[in-house]
Amino acid sequence: MAVNVADKLGVNKFHTDEHNSHIEVDKEYPDRSEIDKVVRACPAGLYSLDENGTLFFDYLGCLECGTCKVLSEGKVVKSWNYPSGTLGIEYRKG
Amino acid sequence: MSEERFDCIIVGGGLAGLTAAYLLAGEGLETLLVEKGNYSGAKNMTGGRLYCHSFEKVIPGFARNAELERRIVKERLTTAEGTMEYASAGVSAPEGESYTVLRGVFDKWLAGQAEENGAMLVCGVRVDDLISRDGKVCGVVAGDEEMEADVVILADGVNSLLAQKLGFKPPIGQSQVTVGAKELIGLSEDVINQRFNVGSDEGVAWMFSGCGDVCDGFLYTNKDSVSVGVTMMVEDIRNTENSVPQMLEDFKNSAEIAPLLKGGKLIEYSAHLIPEGGYDMIPKLYGDGVLVIGDAAALCANLGFTLRGMDLAVESGRLAAQTVVAAKENGDFSADGLSGYQAALEDSFVMPCMKGTEACLAAVKAGGFKDDPIVTFSKVMRETQIG
Repeated sequence: MAVNVADKLGVNKFHTDEHNSHIEVDKEYPDRSEIDKVVRACPAGLYSLDENGTLFFDYLGCLECGTCKVLSEGKVVKSWNYPSGTLGIEYRKG
Repeated sequence: MSEERFDCIIVGGGLAGLTAAYLLAGEGLETLLVEKGNYSGAKNMTGGRLYCHSFEKVIPGFARNAELERRIVKERLTTAEGTMEYASAGVSAPEGESYTVLRGVFDKWLAGQAEENGAMLVCGVRVDDLISRDGKVCGVVAGDEEMEADVVILADGVNSLLAQKLGFKPPIGQSQVTVGAKELIGLSEDVINQRFNVGSDEGVAWMFSGCGDVCDGFLYTNKDSVSVGVTMMVEDIRNTENSVPQMLEDFKNSAEIAPLLKGGKLIEYSAHLIPEGGYDMIPKLYGDGVLVIGDAAALCANLGFTLRGMDLAVESGRLAAQTVVAAKENGDFSADGLSGYQAALEDSFVMPCMKGTEACLAAVKAGGFKDDPIVTFSKVMRETQIG
């Protein structure tokens, strides 16, 4: 069964920072296999490739786990920080 | 720029940080805890269960008042060979009793206790950096605010950007952490009781070793919800075509799990890293004016049949508080004055648990799984006192 992560994120509570991404991504990163790993590893499915192989990254919906940082810092992930105070995911249950 | 001064500043309002804050404030120290979420627990999640023994030392009898889910009475372990079920050791073993918890709820409760004890909690503030003078940590920087203290406790979680900035630990390796993704599925209390054959306050902890090509699975019952999720060593993403969300979806839809979740409604979707690098991953734990505790200190042990992190976090928070109280009495917050923290961890169950995982697991395997393995694990850990 295919998975729709956006629907799952839709039930979560977020305080979104509309203007500043807390993660900086190198969308032109040349190694496709490195990009593929990040695309598959992000639990929120925020890294995606379109049919032309262009990388898209949507920081809204980030669960702030740090997987992409550990996996690809210095490669696909240029910089990683938590969102500013009060912003980002807010687990009601956790 | 405003300047305030405290005896102790704690960065991070998870279990380790809150435990330290609760105890330090209780000893009369001016204690400030800074949490980036809007409340303690807002950024925290667990599978998961809390083993009571360490927190019992912090607030004796806490289970009567705390926001807990269900007391674990039944354990299941699924491997390639099939599923084993055994009764939880419960209070019959020193580290046996456990409860399922939801961190957004439990941490909030504990934060209230810490505040009642006199700790000052500031939420919604991200600490960006530490103030260091002559190699001694003496405060924190958050935006353009600076706050100073005799000692800073880093309880900023598995990623601990601050411990990395301080040079206490290298960047996390891909084989040192697993990523956990979890769904919280709402089901009525009665349905949970029926499907898992338990009483109203009784719960089940279920670990799946190798539920997919590269992941493990877990399921815990809460009061009126079930926590179901998968974990995967981050480096293993190269060994699969699957995505992490797909792994969770496949696990949920497996023949063993799907009927148990039928009719349930998704309440929340969460993800977190889990430090599973063992003893070798533990960073430098103390320095001039600073201590590192909880997940930030990588204090987490995956025992296969169970995963322990929260009880280690609590113990590290308690021992850090004890160390700071002694340092305050001696007026010595240097690395030397704080070195008792590491010694106390060695003397506690924490370091033996971190060091002895393999030896203890061999004993558990040899003994079979007729009883809760935590009994054998604890026994071997104490007998060998590896350390």
